[in-house]
Amino acid sequence: MAVTNILILVFGLGVFAFYLGRARSLAIAKPLGGIRYLHSLPSYYGFHSALWCALPALLLLALWVVFDDPLINSIVADSVTGSQAAGDTASYNLLMNKISNVSAGILPRDGRDPEILAAADLMTRLQTLSRWALTALILTLSITGLAWGWSRTSQVFRARQVVENVVEKLLLGCACVAILTTLGIVLSVLFESIQFFRSVPIFDFVFGLEWSPQTAIREDQVGSSGSFGAVPLFVGTLLVSAVAMFVAVPVGLMSAIYLAEYASKATRSYAKPALEILAGIPTVVYGFFAALTVAPFLRDLGESFGLSVSSESALAAGGVMGVMIIPFISSLADDVITAVPQSMRDGSLAMGATKSETVRKVIIPAALPGIVSGIMLAISRAIGETMIVVMAAGMAANLTANPMESVTTVTVQIVTLLTGDQEFDSPKTLAAFALGLMLFTVTLLLNIFALQIVKKYREQYE
Amino acid sequence: MNNSMTNLEKIRKSLSRRNRAEGLFRWAGRVAIFLGLMAVVVLFVDIIGKGHGAFRIAYIELDIDYDPEKIGIENLSDPQQLAGADWQALPKAALNKQFPGITSRGDKRSLYGLISNGAGYDLKDRLMANPLLLGDQERVWILTDDDIDTYYKSWLAGEPYAARLSDKQVEWIAELHEHGKIRLQFNANFFTRGDSREPEQAGIRGALVGSLFTLALTLIFSFPVGVAAAIYLEEFAPKNGWTDFIEVNINNLAAVPSIIFGLLGLAIFINFFHVPRSVPIVGGLVLTLMTLPTIIISSRAAIKSVPPSIREAALGMGASKYQMVLHHVLPLAMPGMLTGAIIGMAQALGESAPLLMIGMVAFIVDIPGGFSDPATVLPVQIFLWADSPERAFIEKTSAAIMVLLSFLIVMNASAVWLRKRLERRW
Amino acid sequence: MNVKRETTAKPAVMDTLEISEHQATVGHCFSDNAKMTMRNVNVFYGEKQAIFDVNVDIAKNEVIAMIGPSGCGKSTFLRSLNRMNDTVEGCRVEGDVRMDGEDLYAPKLDVVELRARVGMVFQKPNPFPKTIYDNVAYGPKIHGLADTRVDLDEIVENSLRKASLWEEVKERLHQSGTGLSGGQQQRLCIARAIAVSPEVILMDEPCSALDPIATAKIEELIEELSENFTIAIVTHSMQQAARVSHRTAYFHLGRLIEVNPTEQVFTMPEHDLTEAYITGRFG
Repeated sequence: MAVTNILILVFGLGVFAFYLGRARSLAIAKPLGGIRYLHSLPSYYGFHSALWCALPALLLLALWVVFDDPLINSIVADSVTGSQAAGDTASYNLLMNKISNVSAGILPRDGRDPEILAAADLMTRLQTLSRWALTALILTLSITGLAWGWSRTSQVFRARQVVENVVEKLLLGCACVAILTTLGIVLSVLFESIQFFRSVPIFDFVFGLEWSPQTAIREDQVGSSGSFGAVPLFVGTLLVSAVAMFVAVPVGLMSAIYLAEYASKATRSYAKPALEILAGIPTVVYGFFAALTVAPFLRDLGESFGLSVSSESALAAGGVMGVMIIPFISSLADDVITAVPQSMRDGSLAMGATKSETVRKVIIPAALPGIVSGIMLAISRAIGETMIVVMAAGMAANLTANPMESVTTVTVQIVTLLTGDQEFDSPKTLAAFALGLMLFTVTLLLNIFALQIVKKYREQYE
Repeated sequence: MNNSMTNLEKIRKSLSRRNRAEGLFRWAGRVAIFLGLMAVVVLFVDIIGKGHGAFRIAYIELDIDYDPEKIGIENLSDPQQLAGADWQALPKAALNKQFPGITSRGDKRSLYGLISNGAGYDLKDRLMANPLLLGDQERVWILTDDDIDTYYKSWLAGEPYAARLSDKQVEWIAELHEHGKIRLQFNANFFTRGDSREPEQAGIRGALVGSLFTLALTLIFSFPVGVAAAIYLEEFAPKNGWTDFIEVNINNLAAVPSIIFGLLGLAIFINFFHVPRSVPIVGGLVLTLMTLPTIIISSRAAIKSVPPSIREAALGMGASKYQMVLHHVLPLAMPGMLTGAIIGMAQALGESAPLLMIGMVAFIVDIPGGFSDPATVLPVQIFLWADSPERAFIEKTSAAIMVLLSFLIVMNASAVWLRKRLERRW
Repeated sequence: MNVKRETTAKPAVMDTLEISEHQATVGHCFSDNAKMTMRNVNVFYGEKQAIFDVNVDIAKNEVIAMIGPSGCGKSTFLRSLNRMNDTVEGCRVEGDVRMDGEDLYAPKLDVVELRARVGMVFQKPNPFPKTIYDNVAYGPKIHGLADTRVDLDEIVENSLRKASLWEEVKERLHQSGTGLSGGQQQRLCIARAIAVSPEVILMDEPCSALDPIATAKIEELIEELSENFTIAIVTHSMQQAARVSHRTAYFHLGRLIEVNPTEQVFTMPEHDLTEAYITGRFG
């Protein structure tokens, strides 16, 4: 039976269990003189039965789905011992692919090595067996659970406590998804990176000045073995982010100040949402805008001044990224500026300070921690932004600080290295994870630091 | 007071300079707002200016003769014959009839280049829908090639772009135009078809359906889990290190670059759990993890805004904590949670970077029929088209962006509406 | 409609403690030695009128106290004297407010200059999150009153001395002003206000957030300051008004009911409403 069908079955049984449990409690209550003599409401007895019926079965199902394939694969792989046996991971993957394709009937059986055919048959058999075993086990488990839950229903049984306890655990489990996600990110990125650093020394990666990830496909191929010096990418990322900040910080900050301190209520109620539209536009749209409108415009503009601006200049990508970040900075700055107590403004204005003096000399200094952390969050966003640079920045690593030239960034390289068909274990692919590790670490540090500042700042005025 | 008088003079002297600075500062603020709003306007004008044309496409009217011999088919229910039939021969013959006397190979190629190479299949569909047409004649509007469409539109606009056309083609189009045999029609293909290498046949249906499947999964996974997590953190979590750790994790995840989630999906879901690439399941899972922090944070805010007095009233009646949450807090917080969910979904709908990592960037012609069919999503489709060299794809890309933006506008507007309509003020 | 114009006769309907419209102020509203004069001042918040037809003078170097039940408009009145009401959206002031004969609401008048001449101290101490020194130096710096660092040091020291804070903070001038105690913070705010040598100081319930000892210090300070400055103080404490002020003005529901020498107000008020208030029948 397919997994979805089993799922539906288990849910059906669960609903059935609910009604059974409830019915039993009602039956118990009747001679007692009504449900008030039960410990819990009838529906709790129902839920209790349903939980016993469905929860263990679902747990088993999840485990089975996770460990099913790897287990079968390893058994099948072990069965191949002859000429076809795999030496390294790459050929192992190839072999398993072949076997599973033959088994699924995607590849024709004619003219295959008998050993492969045998393995494919074994795989088919094991898979069928696994399905049946799973179905049988799940059914047994569900029904046993149901019976157990049902049998426990009695007048004094504390069904509500039990159900609520289980539900609390479930809720906790949901809350822990966030931790699991972080763990998953760290593990996946770290694991692949360590593999990468086995073939490319970490020092060469972090401090190397040359980036050309093309590795030889065959061992004997002449030419590059690939160089993985990531400095040009770091510099490119910083350059694009710097351009973005150059656009976003003044505009975002000044508009926040204007909206918070100068604008009338009516202006504010229109201008603020209008600016926030910028935050809701998907990055792929900005990428398109940067690549097809801004970049040619800047190139032509540069030409008319006698400057040569690349059509994939850091200026175009960074400028558009800056536009994207404007609302981010302005809304964060707006939050911290409006959090500065009115008494500060009154104090300064009553001294005879003009509004701008009040803003510059009292409000901004008071809001500075919040503003700085907002800018840090914005930088982290600029560093991690992908689509705009993928579409509008260059592909070739270019170590330069000139924003009119084409540069490439960490995120662009991650995308280029991982799209298209590659072996998962080649240094080229693994390099993407090493870059991902760098990206994750830097943005995480920026975020933690920024959130810490914000927290401190909030406490100051609360 | 002598001292005070000199002070007053000093203040008066400084006034004009300070008022100038004040004015400058105020203007700087105005300019900043103006620049921000200009960016919005320029972006929209640019996209709409580039994309509005794609909703109409040029068709040529031709007399089609469904001659069984020409197609090479006699029996419409014979699959073998259907497979071997030369459908493109139909419009080609009609073109020859429309412009007689063209003999050279180059000219013929130019002539046949007027129409889309999918025109024959469109005619096949017509024929299959109405088998009586076989052997009969009919006047049909035939889809043009993308270059012809681009040229015709630019020509109508008064700035002809003929770089990719032969001189003959330009003449023919002028002639067709004179006889009213070429015109712009609503581009239904754009909404009913999947992707194609030929711009005139490419549509967003496949991507839209892919987005729908992916988003549906994202919503199914992320909303219950997010709400459950929020309830736990707000109502049940003890204040201890573990809870703090969860909180820090959520806040940080909300700021992790989306591409990192792509790496996670690639390494964990695809490489470890062997979920197939390019399918909505894996896309939905990745987007779930990505939108979860948003949903948790907004749900928590919604729960927080329910006043404690309601909780106390419920507990005071002897309700258990769960009954209090289920019967009172949750219904009151629901509008806020839904608003958060819509905003999270809007984010997920516009997201493309992590999906590139998990193979949802493949060229997929078929419209996906389920959660495990290879699919792409609207933003990735935009990315793919933006990368295509054909000029006609610029128009398509902008039009697809317009569709995407209108979805986002509707979603965000409904979130705003929901907030205004249903959220209570305490 | 029965419109009363007398200033001496007591209004008729006193038992209900209502005031008729166009009730004129009783007592000694006017002064020959006026620093500030207000004639027919009305203040509105949007549609709502907060101050009705106030006529009063503030004499040079006097301390005038504004008392009255909360919400009676005394703070609003005070804030209209240095146009701090401008910062409140929808607030509109009608009538004639003058200082030394100069119309404070004239279009060409610069509020910056006005506020430098009419300083203000607020209900809650609001030192800037800067050092003590920078708090006091803020005014002189923005107005360009000190040409050299030495001048500035001198202004800061003098102001802190005048605010009787110097001895307490001279060792820690470069620590944050927010680290001081509430009473010290309020004296710092007074020092900050007098650093620009204003002619008038407005105080909006300056002691309401302070403990009795800190309050006593501030009251002492007000007495000293009255030698050099004209002071208008809003207070919710009648004892405070009695202790520090020369004249007392009683506000009720946006109307100025009575202005008289403080002693008289507290011993034999002219108006029944004033009497009702000071004898604690409401407030």
